[in-house]
Amino acid sequence: MKKIYMDHAATTPLDPEIFKEIMPYYTEIFGNANSQHLFGRESVVVVDRARDIIAKCLGAKANEIYFTSGGTESDNWAIRGVAKAHAHKGKHLIVSAIEHPAMLTTAKELEKEGFEVTFAEVDEYGTVDLEKLKKAIRKDTIFIGIMYANNEIGTIQPIEEISKIAQEHGIVFFTDAVQAAGVLKIDVKNPKVDMLSLSGHKFYGPKGVGVLYIRSGLKIDKILTGGHQERAMRGGTTNVPGILGLALALEKAVKEMDENNRHVTALRDHFIHRVQTEIPHVILNGHPTNRLPANANFAFRFIEGESLLFSLDMHGIAISSGSACSSGSLEPSHVLLAIGLPEGTAHGSLRFSFGKHNTMEEVDYTVDKLKEIIVRLRDLSPIFPKTEKNVVFDKKAN
Amino acid sequence: MLYTEKVMDAFQNPKNVGDMENYDGMGQTGSEACGDIMQVFIKVENDRIVDAKFKTFGCAAAIASSSTATELIKGMTVEEALQVTNKRVIEILGGLPPQKVHCSVLAEETIKAAIEDYIQKRDNK
Repeated sequence: MKKIYMDHAATTPLDPEIFKEIMPYYTEIFGNANSQHLFGRESVVVVDRARDIIAKCLGAKANEIYFTSGGTESDNWAIRGVAKAHAHKGKHLIVSAIEHPAMLTTAKELEKEGFEVTFAEVDEYGTVDLEKLKKAIRKDTIFIGIMYANNEIGTIQPIEEISKIAQEHGIVFFTDAVQAAGVLKIDVKNPKVDMLSLSGHKFYGPKGVGVLYIRSGLKIDKILTGGHQERAMRGGTTNVPGILGLALALEKAVKEMDENNRHVTALRDHFIHRVQTEIPHVILNGHPTNRLPANANFAFRFIEGESLLFSLDMHGIAISSGSACSSGSLEPSHVLLAIGLPEGTAHGSLRFSFGKHNTMEEVDYTVDKLKEIIVRLRDLSPIFPKTEKNVVFDKKAN
Repeated sequence: MLYTEKVMDAFQNPKNVGDMENYDGMGQTGSEACGDIMQVFIKVENDRIVDAKFKTFGCAAAIASSSTATELIKGMTVEEALQVTNKRVIEILGGLPPQKVHCSVLAEETIKAAIEDYIQKRDNK
């Protein structure tokens, strides 16, 4: 059976070249970067090099880069660290309604701890409503957290405008760039952000390593207490090979950005076109154009998403319903509900996220299988309208 | 979350799929909002279920449970079929993940709704 991976928004394979580069740092150059002897010093050199590379990729200074265990920790640190450090100025936080669970869940925890949170609304395409955002700002607002681009539906947010609004009001602005890093051009000075998170495994780097950019001078509390690592801001033995892997992967992704984006955009547009012209009763979720180049998210009406996911899985095609972090829950995706999809339609939505190793043949194979499966599942569906013929259409000659 | 091979097989090759004309009993449970809707139709002769069909909007476990439940009650008397529980469905499927147990409950409820519909019509005649 063919194995086709179309879930790159969940994770990507580690680049084999990068794997080769970081291997010695597990076995030969293994020193604890905090040790004072020469083994330790060998490791420090590597971490410094990685920090420089990342800073350059983001337009930041090296001392503004903090290493973490990944996107979830970075997001936790950003909102919780600022909430605690700025609580004396106010206790109101704003995050968008479509943030990753790493942000939303932490925001809800902070609510229990005495903070007030406004969940900023988005429009039907998943774009944050700027007018409503402005109205949500209060005198005691200390934090705005809005993701660069959404992980489920791919919508890219108006970061420049949000940055301006935050600056005008003197509010700390954090953006979760986990899906955007290595895909969109990021410069933390333009548009200006105070904090930004990213995660290595989303751009062919290793898992278990992430970054939080913290603008120098910003007051933030630590959330992991321990040793003096990361300028005493984040305890824990330095993940030297992981950090190097993340840096090299980000550097490569930035260098190959245009080429990679051209490739996945072509695949995605072909996929969207075929699905929209050959399968009736589909809805493209997210913004029609202002979306991540590798993301397509469709609602297939009258079908429940999981049955479609497993049917594709049996043909070796790996995709996702909502986000990997929320699968296993029975609730429909909070993102799809936030853009106004009825619950039933949200249940029938799937995310296809393409990567640099996917081919046009794989996309065609996926659409062909999708068509077979959809007819079968709609035949099974008691809500497919009896007045309609359950059909799909032939591929049109291009 | 992992499904057993039996679940995957019942999901991929479900039995008794479809509508039924001139059914003697019909049951429907669930809602689109919950992500599960089951419909079961039964044909009854002398209080014995001679045929059962279903249609399900739902996950793999919901489809597998509907197929299994309809397969179970075919040939049973209505009294016997009323004793069928979701536990029996789970047993036949070789287990269901905890968050999917409700699918088997829905299957039990739907066959019971179809049988009750039949009994009501029968007693009103």
